[in-house]
Amino acid sequence: MTTLYLILQLAWTFFVIGAFTIGGGYAMLSLIQNQVVVEHPWISESAFTDIVAISQMTPGPIGINSATYVGYEVLFNATGSQFLGVCGSLTATLALILPSFLIMLLIVRFYLKFKSSRLYAGTMSWLKPSVVGLIGAAAIILIIKTTWTGFTPSVQVVSENFPDWKSWLLLASAFIASYWGKVNPIYVILAGAVLGIILY
Amino acid sequence: MEKRVSLWEIFLVFAKIGAFTIGGGYAMIPLIQAEMSRRGWIADEDLPDIVALSQSAPGVMAVNISIFAGHKLRGVKGSIAATLGSILPSFLIILAIAMFFTAFKDNPWVERAFKGIRPVVISLIAVPMVKMAQKSCKNVWHWALAIVSLVLVSFLNVSPIYIILCVLVLGFSVSYYRINKEIPGQAGNDGEGGR
Repeated sequence: MTTLYLILQLAWTFFVIGAFTIGGGYAMLSLIQNQVVVEHPWISESAFTDIVAISQMTPGPIGINSATYVGYEVLFNATGSQFLGVCGSLTATLALILPSFLIMLLIVRFYLKFKSSRLYAGTMSWLKPSVVGLIGAAAIILIIKTTWTGFTPSVQVVSENFPDWKSWLLLASAFIASYWGKVNPIYVILAGAVLGIILY
Repeated sequence: MEKRVSLWEIFLVFAKIGAFTIGGGYAMIPLIQAEMSRRGWIADEDLPDIVALSQSAPGVMAVNISIFAGHKLRGVKGSIAATLGSILPSFLIILAIAMFFTAFKDNPWVERAFKGIRPVVISLIAVPMVKMAQKSCKNVWHWALAIVSLVLVSFLNVSPIYIILCVLVLGFSVSYYRINKEIPGQAGNDGEGGR
């Protein structure tokens, strides 16, 4: 009974994520993170970071890969059953693409109208900057955690992701390599793994 | 389309595309283009529009393109075949890793590797964000919106869903107002938010 409830909760959560993701995979990450790390106590910050890493290294869109993975983890952690884990990943993945499916079928029908609609283009031009902020927030939440007691915030570094100064060095070098060096993300992650084994 | 393409063929072509795109949606575009034009499924000159629409529709671009292309070939059934095809390879791979990784998570080597990977991943989220900001933040209001969204979500723990809903209403109202303010008949010059 509780398992069924969990599956339904998972389905609804990922349906909403799918419906509100505008701006691609990284925007989707910010919504998934908010729902499964912040809103529901399903996955820890560091486990989510690992999932993002694995989703980036494997074929397919990062948003869908993370959903598949999160679906498995949530059900497996709650029940210990691999079969239910598979059910969880199926549920999360299909629920995630269902809204796109419905909306795209509408768009296909009114393709030409959408294409030339300035109202649509105008609305999108405002949504995109906001999505930039959402993605930035996803990155920040994996670095620091803010908890409020009344009106006083307390800010803490997520220590599983940043145990010491070496982590900050890794963060900075990865940014430089990826942004200015234009190194493929997969190589950046592999370099991180090798450096992790050497440094720790 | 004079000749009906079989659903199985659609499924296979998109499974191939799904299996070979590492790094998400944009990596997929050249592959989709090659496969589609080779088969005459989508003309090269139509692709930019399809990509643009798939990007702005909710969800993941790669899936949206599959839905679109599948629909063009065989209607709703074609959409389903294309979508299932494009997500199946990564679904199986992730599932295998998820089952495998839970057993190896506590291995000291894996633990050390992931200690190195975690900070790196955060940079890999930050880089596309910076690139998107350079492309889509065109005036001071856009920047303000980006910063307000960031602060609300990361420090005040507001759900991104509410932010998107509010911005949807805001963006729609501003654009509606701007479009209707213009003199009728002058509709040619576009430049929404770009000035």
